[in-house]
Amino acid sequence: MAKRRVVLTFPPELTERPLTYHLVKDYDLAINILKAKITPGEEGKLVLELSNGSPEKIDDGLAFLEKQGVIIQPLSKEIVLDEEECIHCGACTGVCTSGALQVDPQTAHLVFDRESCIVCELCVPACPMRVIKVMF
Amino acid sequence: MSITRSYQEINEKIKAGKVVVVTAEEVVAMVKEEGPEKVLEKVDVVTTGTFGAMCSSGAFLNFGHSDPPIKMSKVWLNDVPAYAGLAAVDAYLGATELSESRGLDYGGAHVIEDLLSGEKIKLKAMGFATDCYPRTTLETWITLEDLNQAYLFNPRNAYQNYCVAINSTGRTYHTYMGTLLPNYGNATYTTSGELSPLLCDPEYRTIGVGTRIFLGGGIGYVAWEGTQHNPAQKRDDNGVPLTNAGTLAVIGDLKGMNRKYLRAGIFHNYGTSLYVGIGIPIPLLDEEILQKVALSNEELKATVYDYGVQKRSRPALGVVSYAELRSGKIELNGRVIPTAPLSSLEKARAIATELKEWILNGQFYLAEPVASLPWRDGVKPLREEV
Repeated sequence: MAKRRVVLTFPPELTERPLTYHLVKDYDLAINILKAKITPGEEGKLVLELSNGSPEKIDDGLAFLEKQGVIIQPLSKEIVLDEEECIHCGACTGVCTSGALQVDPQTAHLVFDRESCIVCELCVPACPMRVIKVMF
Repeated sequence: MSITRSYQEINEKIKAGKVVVVTAEEVVAMVKEEGPEKVLEKVDVVTTGTFGAMCSSGAFLNFGHSDPPIKMSKVWLNDVPAYAGLAAVDAYLGATELSESRGLDYGGAHVIEDLLSGEKIKLKAMGFATDCYPRTTLETWITLEDLNQAYLFNPRNAYQNYCVAINSTGRTYHTYMGTLLPNYGNATYTTSGELSPLLCDPEYRTIGVGTRIFLGGGIGYVAWEGTQHNPAQKRDDNGVPLTNAGTLAVIGDLKGMNRKYLRAGIFHNYGTSLYVGIGIPIPLLDEEILQKVALSNEELKATVYDYGVQKRSRPALGVVSYAELRSGKIELNGRVIPTAPLSSLEKARAIATELKEWILNGQFYLAEPVASLPWRDGVKPLREEV
């Protein structure tokens, strides 16, 4: 199953239109909102994970959004953990609501599952060793 | 008649290469399987370990004399002020002292870590001229090797148990207990539970002034009771305190330490701290000592406090076990709260294992305390007078 993460930038005039509704209804996509910042009258940002369709369906859905004036960028930001410098304290796991950062209950080793990371970036300042960084 | 053994007997066994050492995690499982009598007969020493932020830490440094000499009254190391009101070229660098140029991102703890890494540190000093010390300013670069003495002297380390922190308010709090999410969003805890030194010897029967310890990857000693040492805290039926109680002041040569077990850390919007690795051997002198050291995470408990209340006395919300804390969530008054550790269990295990190997290899002998830690009532608050 195809899956893609994108960052959508909405011009102010688009924030009041139900665009994601069309992605579900017309393109049969499953939408997972990872991050949203929408205020009426201001430029909005939405980070989405699109799945449930073929790569073509995702392309079509995104083409539709682009036609409406939405700026689409791939989610290229990524959380990177410096394994060498990490002390495996687990402080970052306390703010990781997606469960991507976890201390293995057996080994007590910090494990980072990149797939479940939603790049919320809360772990960056929570790391006392400053070994978690956002890469673009 | 139950078995007893002395420090001397244990040290003779170390010398003869016949000593039996296990870690405090291993002993829990052994006692469950084999029963205390057999374990007491077999095992001589149990090693403990902890690796966490210990803010009340720092180092005494002696720089040597310049020519012409200076009586340093103000000292900076990489822009971090150190206390220099000690003769001419002695200084004390505290872990939480912050850089005057880099603020919360760099502090005394980082200077200590950088010294340990062999990096060059910028030393700046000022003094007033005297007949014997004519010089008034100095700027140079130093390394750990250049210093005559560099030893950690940490006034409060190895806390015997600690609070579990939650935040009941509607906003995020950034604390020395990590980032506390609003509305009971998470609970943070520290201590290594059943591996934690003073949880393994709750009544300070073997840990006292003069005890030889693993400190930051080198050898250190318990120097004194730690500041805010508070043995009178409420204890569980098994004798173990339910929240932060005893503490240790420890000392050790920085030059013999290892960055693997001594690291600088930053708590967001709080400042810097030193992560100190400590391991303490517990000699199994008698059955009672074994019973305490074999207490498991199910039997060791910590009290949950609301750090959203910005008062000296924060409300206590309940008591949970280390087994629950380690499971990833606790249940508190009907709420399920995800938990996160702040001290490294992986490093704590490595420390207990390394100390065990030192003893087995005959590199580390046990030192009998020369004085016991005191049993004093409570910690006094600061009374404010106008």
